Amino acid sequence: MSIWEYANPKKFMALSAGALPWTVGLTVLLLATGLVWGFFFTPDDYRQGSTVKIIYLHVPAAMMAINAWIMMLVTSLIWIIRRHHVSALAAKAAAPVGLTFTLVALVTGALWGQPMWGTWWAWDPRLTSFLILTLFYLGYIALWAAIEDPDTAADLTSILCLVGSVFALLSRYAVNFWNQGLHQGASLSLDKQENVADVFWLPLVVSIAGFILLFFTMVLLRTRTEIRSRRLKALLARERVA
Amino acid sequence: MKALLLRDLRLALRSGGGFGLGLAFFFLLSVLVPLGVGPEGGMLGRIAPGILWVGALLACLLSLDRIFALDQEDGSLDLLATAPIPLEAVVAVKACAHWLVTGLPLTLIAPGLGVLLNLPPGGYGWLVLSLFLGTPALSVIGAFGAAVTVGLRRGGLLLSLLVLPLYVPTLIFGAEVVRRGTGGMALATPLALLAAISLGAAALLPFAAASAIRVNLR
Repeated sequence: MSIWEYANPKKFMALSAGALPWTVGLTVLLLATGLVWGFFFTPDDYRQGSTVKIIYLHVPAAMMAINAWIMMLVTSLIWIIRRHHVSALAAKAAAPVGLTFTLVALVTGALWGQPMWGTWWAWDPRLTSFLILTLFYLGYIALWAAIEDPDTAADLTSILCLVGSVFALLSRYAVNFWNQGLHQGASLSLDKQENVADVFWLPLVVSIAGFILLFFTMVLLRTRTEIRSRRLKALLARERVA
Repeated sequence: MKALLLRDLRLALRSGGGFGLGLAFFFLLSVLVPLGVGPEGGMLGRIAPGILWVGALLACLLSLDRIFALDQEDGSLDLLATAPIPLEAVVAVKACAHWLVTGLPLTLIAPGLGVLLNLPPGGYGWLVLSLFLGTPALSVIGAFGAAVTVGLRRGGLLLSLLVLPLYVPTLIFGAEVVRRGTGGMALATPLALLAAISLGAAALLPFAAASAIRVNLR
């Protein structure tokens, strides 16, 4: 019994079918709790007023935007090394979700930045790296869409994901070097001093947990769809031969 | 390897090889930018480092799809893949040939275009040096992008989309060197990082590009 047994599509489908209702339920519960708590039952910040509440969407979305790419990197590596199709399909399934989170982070940031910084957009390192991350996601998704043969597409996108990760990291440091930031420091950190105040912290953690589960659920769902469409294609091909 | 290099250079230099395209684009950009933003010298001098670097980058981008696509069309890429030299070396040689016909000429004409853009006197040496160190990275990264998209019939747009984010660090450090050079500031850090990107890309990306070609030829 090893984790690789779940690389078998049949086992994956069975397990994920059992898990999905639970993850959907938990996602809804956590997101509802975190967001409602955050939006309606936390005090206004003494300087930012009620605009601070966008943090409950912005921070989790931004975190997941980066983590989704890391997940794609891991699954791409698994595909390259062990050639499990579920892994490649999970990477494919995660990309649009990650792109959406990136856009959510950018848009909520702009909405917050307009009243607070007085501008929708600034060439701040964090904002710039997110824009670059958007380009990486777009390129990755476009490459998947452009290639017809699924194995070729999986191989090429995996290579792109590996190379892209290195350059994404490089860009992160390059833009830090290139401009001083307007963006505040991390809202969450292991160092307690840097954290936001406790009243904001608890609902934030709940919404982050909700976003993580949301990502997990979406990837499961989308991977299942990919597997089904792959099966459908195989069936159609068989029918044409017969 | 030498034969391959000479063959690529000859193909690029003969008519229809697209050798002049990048240079002409670079030249046009440097003429059009002052017409567009106005002739005021101080401002032109301030934006010149960035404009020249962006121009060089886009000029490089123009000829990327020729690196492998033409060879794939006439079948010589299959021959190269089965040739006694490793595919990684083929990629490296082709990237080198691309640099010799785009990056190097761009570097050489850049000071002349710097005059058009009113680049301050302190910047010329750094402009040439930064382009000399940075354009190899552009060619190698571009060769990787071309290798990934070689199997696609209309890969041009996709190629740009894939390659642009990969170009970001090179562009930032390259333009930063020139900007600091014109301002007389310390520039050892961006210069070293720029060289590091070029060397790292030249050392590692041929492997990634070669594996992408193998996938595409499968």
